[in-house]
Amino acid sequence: MWYLCVFYHRLLDYRKPEVESLAELFGAFEDQKGRHLKWKLPEDHHPDSPFHFVNLPSEQVARDIANRSILVKGIYELWGEGSTFEELEAAIKAYPEDRKLPFLTQDSTFRITVDSFGKVISFQEQTARIQKLAFIPFKGRVNLKNPDHRFWLMETDDYGANNGLPPVVKRRHFFGREIGGADRKLLPTYQLKSRTYLGPTAMDAEMAFLMANQAMAKPGKLVYDPFVGTGSILVAAAHFGAMTMGADIDIRVVRDGRGPECNVWSNFKQYGLPMPIGLLRADNNLPPWRPGLKEMFDAIICDPPYGVRAGGRKSGGRKLLKGVIGPYTVSDHQRNDHIPSTAPYSLVECVHDLFDLAARMLVMRGRLVFFYPVALEDDSMGIMDNVFPEHPCFELIASSEQILSSRYSRVLLTMVKTSPYTADIEEAARLRHLDFRENHLKWLEDGNLHSAVFSPADALAAAETDTKVSREPKPKYRGKYV
Amino acid sequence: MRLLTHNMLSCNIKGVTNGFPLIIEAEKVLEKPVDLNPDFLRNMFHKVEWKALVDAAKSLGYSELPESVDPAMLESPEFLHRFHHALLELHLEEGALVCPETGRKFPVNKGIPNMLLHEDEV
Repeated sequence: MWYLCVFYHRLLDYRKPEVESLAELFGAFEDQKGRHLKWKLPEDHHPDSPFHFVNLPSEQVARDIANRSILVKGIYELWGEGSTFEELEAAIKAYPEDRKLPFLTQDSTFRITVDSFGKVISFQEQTARIQKLAFIPFKGRVNLKNPDHRFWLMETDDYGANNGLPPVVKRRHFFGREIGGADRKLLPTYQLKSRTYLGPTAMDAEMAFLMANQAMAKPGKLVYDPFVGTGSILVAAAHFGAMTMGADIDIRVVRDGRGPECNVWSNFKQYGLPMPIGLLRADNNLPPWRPGLKEMFDAIICDPPYGVRAGGRKSGGRKLLKGVIGPYTVSDHQRNDHIPSTAPYSLVECVHDLFDLAARMLVMRGRLVFFYPVALEDDSMGIMDNVFPEHPCFELIASSEQILSSRYSRVLLTMVKTSPYTADIEEAARLRHLDFRENHLKWLEDGNLHSAVFSPADALAAAETDTKVSREPKPKYRGKYV
Repeated sequence: MRLLTHNMLSCNIKGVTNGFPLIIEAEKVLEKPVDLNPDFLRNMFHKVEWKALVDAAKSLGYSELPESVDPAMLESPEFLHRFHHALLELHLEEGALVCPETGRKFPVNKGIPNMLLHEDEV
């Protein structure tokens, strides 16, 4: 059945993939092969519009999706739509009685909310609009706080430059019954400014929940983050009931934090969430898993260090930095208190190790969800063509861009493990690993995102005729298609 | 560190072939209650090296696990409870993990095993 799905007008690229992941989580695809839903746009609407129609198998699935989603404002059974109020009225009257009457009975309570996109409707106008709906035979009593049925009258505006969107040709009115809506207390509860222990790259709560939804975190599943830091991603997974496990190369973060009441554990305690079942200090480049261990995790979610705000490190520091893999020996009397040095970890190698880890340690159909940075200068060959890292065990099912500055974006990649980890793949990964070690310095020079992001603007402008672009007013809003 | 984590770890020093299971030197052991999730336990049962878990539990002072197991035992609530206790509720808070081949000690402080290698071990 088709439902009206209204989104919050943010993170536009993340909206449909989230709904599709949740649809899979709640069993919408049990009888079909595909993992994509059917979507439709209202007449004359732009793909970035917050109003979409989505085909879902049942009202229960629609409710489950809406209640867990972060970007869905609500999912509605549409009773009517139209370009004018008169058209809307005719459409509602034409909607089958047997779909309407069960929700209009005498013993039920209801409320009507008037909502708009792109303009503000005053309180008086809202009341006037509700009164114009008197043709609908409401028999129940009004209850504003806790009604049995919630009805929504929504409209889009038709004037001027639509908040950065290309102008919508016609005004559109929608009237529908709410099936489910987002939990609005979730994000204020988890917002980073009230989090006890934060690091410089702690994941924003909203994004962390989106990542947990892409990973389909739920009770009984085990979720792993190899770059756990302060645990900001695992907190979201734990909120959805998943068991969590994390590793980090920086022991000060995972072990000590900022004291007994300000560390990774306290971040979980703060929200009454179950503690991670394992935290360890380990190097993702040389993971300490026992031989033969595989298919352990249901999902791997992470934000790899890509060298803009924080660079990655791996073991083998001084040996690699000398440019040769020569002898470097720790003397026996120093061995117990020795603090091993680390070497920089290039993004290419980091992503390679992440794929190898995920291919081995994820269950079949398990999900790998991670951020990948894209410098906008190489846009011509990059993001628009969806050129992302690949691995024979994984199928890319969603990529969602978030623009971070005029220089670079990050893309959330969601991949599914579709083939098992074979001996051939393991051997290829081992050879690649050796190549990274032997040519450590060469790999470090390639793909240095930090300089692309932080080099002075003058240098860039001199290199290109960038001045014309900078004179144009910056749009408040940038979507993929605008 | 819970014994589930211990069951996954081995010594990965270059050239070591028998780095599993790591021998536990316990200085401080804690018990932290965790809600029992039977589905999770059934899921983990097939992935755990049983003998390593039994020995690790013993070195933390818990010897209620049977030496040999088969999947039919997962139907018994009593067994699930013991398995749950050993796998998720026993914590090695302070101590070390010792590589059975080289004797290299990986310290465990505040419940966090430090598995990072020295420069001459990678």
